Amino acid sequence: MKEVAFSYLNGFSLRHIDLKVKKGERVALIGPNGSGKTTLIKLAAGVLPPGHGEVLLDGAGLKTLSRREIAQRIAVVPQYFNMPFAFSVEEVVMLGRTPFIRALSGETEEDHSVVRYAMELVGIEQFTNRTFNELSGGERQKAILAMALAQKPKLLLLDEPTAHLDVNHQVEILELVKGLNREQGVTVVGAMHDLNLAALYFDRLVLLKEGIIFADGSPSAVLTEGTIHDVFGALVQIEQHPSAKVPHIIILPKENWPRG
Amino acid sequence: MFPALIILAALLVGSVLLACAIGGVSIPPSDIARMSLDRLPFVHLEPDWQSTHETIFFQIRLPRVIGAALIGAALATAGVLFQGLLRNPLADPYIIGTSSGALFGATLVMVFIPATLAVWGFGIISIAAFFGALGSVFLVYNLARIGGKTPVISLILAGFAVGSFFTAMTWFMLSVSGEFQHKLGAVFDFLAGAIRVSSWLQIAVAACLILSGIILARFFTFRLNAFSLGEEGAAYVGINVERVKVAILSLGAFLTACAVCLGGLIGFVGLVIPHAMRLILGPDHRILLPTAALTGASFIILADLGARVIFAPTELRIGILTALIGAPFFIYLLRRYRKEYAF
Repeated sequence: MKEVAFSYLNGFSLRHIDLKVKKGERVALIGPNGSGKTTLIKLAAGVLPPGHGEVLLDGAGLKTLSRREIAQRIAVVPQYFNMPFAFSVEEVVMLGRTPFIRALSGETEEDHSVVRYAMELVGIEQFTNRTFNELSGGERQKAILAMALAQKPKLLLLDEPTAHLDVNHQVEILELVKGLNREQGVTVVGAMHDLNLAALYFDRLVLLKEGIIFADGSPSAVLTEGTIHDVFGALVQIEQHPSAKVPHIIILPKENWPRG
Repeated sequence: MFPALIILAALLVGSVLLACAIGGVSIPPSDIARMSLDRLPFVHLEPDWQSTHETIFFQIRLPRVIGAALIGAALATAGVLFQGLLRNPLADPYIIGTSSGALFGATLVMVFIPATLAVWGFGIISIAAFFGALGSVFLVYNLARIGGKTPVISLILAGFAVGSFFTAMTWFMLSVSGEFQHKLGAVFDFLAGAIRVSSWLQIAVAACLILSGIILARFFTFRLNAFSLGEEGAAYVGINVERVKVAILSLGAFLTACAVCLGGLIGFVGLVIPHAMRLILGPDHRILLPTAALTGASFIILADLGARVIFAPTELRIGILTALIGAPFFIYLLRRYRKEYAF
């Protein structure tokens, strides 16, 4: 994968988005609710067809690829999951091998070793035979991450992967994703709600406002008191994170906002 | 999986033997075995059995038992397909309007076409039921289609609406036909299910259709597992959701229509058998499909046997028995395996 380029011209919630993500980048999409983060993830995953324009992966239009071919290259970690039936964790992770398995032949030894590897990488091997639905929210999200990794993706898309998780699981999931990106060169694009986590774990932030890209750049370039006020309408104070050299947002309650 | 398949296959053979042996005239199982062996090529046994037994076995009991097995296998397979596709444990083969469509088709013929015609041993009422079931699924699918997609929830809702409409149309048609009392018995037969097999030709045709449906369904079992991730999740792991959905819906509707054509609306099999297998053997559809088909076949054979002998010489309607056995068994399973179901 030399270069990933997405460009959309979409009539609904995204307008005239022209975004190019390079191989090996770690990009967070940030912005208020309804600004188009999730839509952008779905467009990039090829499950929503763009109204206008085109989504390109390695220079090839996603619409020229079959779903199976797309899933062999792009994996998605969605927000929250429950399974209607009592699948074991291993069976759920094995679903990540779907794009590689033929309908009748079933899983190969290679599929099993990829699944074991993904589960060890994420640290859920002790849950192998547990029922997925019995796991806690954080453990489930790790299992879903392992499922996505079992796809051996070149591009990993995250749709608010840490929503509803406690702080420990938020950090664990994002550390895992960062490690994958650093060690295996997996390109990561994630919709993120928490701006501080986005600044800590991603090196490029794309700030969306009402379906357009409002700012795009390093965390310190994008997260300024001015942009946050313009996009979110909230007054915040930006400090330097004490150890990581990224901006840290201090939320100001309304009573502390300057008058006028 | 293989031990389970062997046990279930043995259960099926046992059910067939039992159902062929018991009835108004008892036929010793050893005679059944020897009569069957005698029909095999290159095997010739000295016929020391009664010739009336041979006639009853080959002309009456065996076709009916095979018909029952085909119905059970078709309904259980359709249940597996619909539950997996719709991610809904309440789904059964009748959920998207097949039953009401079949009832409507059958009643239409009962009311308006007095002649009795048959094609390949299938009566015209059965054939109308078959096309009624398929037609209603076609209608439901198209009504549920929104902007190129057919979300599961709109399928279920459209199925409910179309089903209610066809049921109402059926009763309306009967009411205004002036033959309400006269036709009610036939409609009741169809509603409560009754296995009526008329010829070996009919069985052969039904077997070809149903077995090929089940074999085709086997191609989709792995993809059905991915549907448990939700439609979007299935797309993320490489499933062409809309295309696979159409294929599974059509297959499920086709199998249901075949079953309805042979035995009317036999309830509870398509709901209970997939559940039972899932609770015992896990949710992997690759295991679920063959085991549910085998168990469904045995279940209907035994239920039909019960329907024949419990109040002999009066025959019960089989649908009454499947629900009478099926409902308490279902409740038992749910209570026993509550944890696995993660209620």
